[in-house]
Amino acid sequence: MRLRLDKPWTPLTDETVKRIPGQLGVYELADESGRVLYVGMAGGRSLFGLRGEIGQHAGGTATQFRYEVNMQYLTRHQELLMLHVADTGELPELNRTNPPARLGRIG
Amino acid sequence: MDLEPTDEQRMIVETVRRFVRDEIVPLEADLDPDASALVPEDHERLVEKVRSMGFYGLDIPVAYGGPDIDIVTRTLMAIEMSQHRAGLYTPCYGVFGGAGLAQLFEANDEQKDRYLYPTLRGEKKGFFGLTEPSGGSDPARAIETSAVKDGDDWVLNGAKIFISGADMADYGIVFARTDPSRGRDGITCFIVDTDMPGFHVRRVVHTLRSTSYATELQFEDLRVPSKNVLGEVNRGFAIANDRLSRQRIPYAAGCIGVAQKAQEMTIAYSKQRETFGEVLANRQSIQWMIVDNEIDLRTSRWLTLAAADKAERGEPFRTEAAMAKLVATEASGRVVDRAIQVHGGYGVTKDLPLERWYRELRIRRIGEGPSEVQRLIMARDLIGGAFH
Ligand SMILES: Cc1cc2nc3c(=O)[nH]c(=O)nc-3n(C[C@H](O)[C@H](O)[C@H](O)COP(=O)(O)OP(=O)(O)OC[C@H]3O[C@@H](n4cnc5c(N)ncnc54)[C@H](O)[C@@H]3O)c2cc1C
Repeated sequence: MRLRLDKPWTPLTDETVKRIPGQLGVYELADESGRVLYVGMAGGRSLFGLRGEIGQHAGGTATQFRYEVNMQYLTRHQELLMLHVADTGELPELNRTNPPARLGRIG
Repeated sequence: MDLEPTDEQRMIVETVRRFVRDEIVPLEADLDPDASALVPEDHERLVEKVRSMGFYGLDIPVAYGGPDIDIVTRTLMAIEMSQHRAGLYTPCYGVFGGAGLAQLFEANDEQKDRYLYPTLRGEKKGFFGLTEPSGGSDPARAIETSAVKDGDDWVLNGAKIFISGADMADYGIVFARTDPSRGRDGITCFIVDTDMPGFHVRRVVHTLRSTSYATELQFEDLRVPSKNVLGEVNRGFAIANDRLSRQRIPYAAGCIGVAQKAQEMTIAYSKQRETFGEVLANRQSIQWMIVDNEIDLRTSRWLTLAAADKAERGEPFRTEAAMAKLVATEASGRVVDRAIQVHGGYGVTKDLPLERWYRELRIRRIGEGPSEVQRLIMARDLIGGAFH
């Protein structure tokens, strides 16, 4: 498995959201330049999985998304946040309002 | 040998059972089904509650401030504490406190000041670093991480894999080879600070458990002062073995708890679910599954309590602990598997805890010494060292 989510970005619109599967997994949201703004996950209580979670962000500050279907959504989510901190020195902008209680270090 | 609980044990078990059902289970309705932590306010509130019950720090020796509860009673409590969704790996979400790494009780006074007491106060976290990419079943032969003396320091080079919690830890207990010519008598146990230069968490290792990962570590010229040797040089393996043997009893107890809960759910559901005009409980094939579950449960329970009883009496209990670990981990896997079958499609949904237990129980047959290694330990004891 690749460490970083380096799939191409998809524009975040109502139309593209409809094509996202309802599965569990992790996702990233970015601005126009591809700067990651948020790392999120669709967990076991997400009503429509990735589609439901990513769909909530349509019309917000993020304009693009990419995702990974993954049943290990909790650990993968932590891993992506840890990698972001390792790469940039800080949490993604939109994760800072509700930071994880504890986050490991990688590197 | 009488393994019937005393009146006092029954009272304690009942108190813990009520705590799990009234305080823990309701909170899980709002958590992710794979979550392993409570929100901090709930955690603190419940820790206070456990303190007031006199049960806080269950596996901390009395001399270090833990409650004065014997091993059999603690085993009975552990069976109760795991009876909720996250209970197998995080019984009661850790609100009963814990000792962390048992080896630290063997540390010298200076090491206890730096590592043990801060850990008991919840200020520091540690990891246990034994397994290497070259294998975990036979660490005495497999350990390749080297520690070479240089002045007053030891310089460590090598890698560890499947190490839980290392990325969040302040320190770890790391086993390294200090004398390549002496096999199991050439391994030393070091206390390593995770901020020491040369300590790297290289990656997260994802497993069947979605909630918690293991890590892969690398040591590159990691310089550890001699004062961080835990125990004696070249005697580290005894420390590792001691920990593994002791851990097997609560490890087995946790499995029994979730299996017991699964059995309870199975009986209740079988009495309520109707197919072809009859409740499932009236079908012989379903009854037999329930009976087979009960046989698995009782066998595991008796073997585990017998191991706890021997440990409490200060008698050798290695074979008993290995047998309990082997039987309880395998039997509880079968119980949860049958429970899923009786629940049909719902059994594999995240609406119920069964699918989580099913995944996590699979790891229990490998962690803390796989089933084959438990058999090996028992064979050694029974036949008398023939396999050394
Ligand atoms: C989620 C998770 C968390 C873990 N956390 C930690 C941790 O915190 N710290 C730590 O040090 N380790 C940890 N471990 C490692 C664990 O202890 C090892 O995986 C385990 O000891 C087995 O080692 P191995 O995986 O290298 O398998 P191997 O030793 O390569 O064995 C492979 C298989 O062969 C079998 N086998 C071995 N020898 C024999 C034999 N003589 N006869 C027949 N069969 C045999 C084994 O039972 C096993 O099934 C963790 C593992 C997991 C999965």
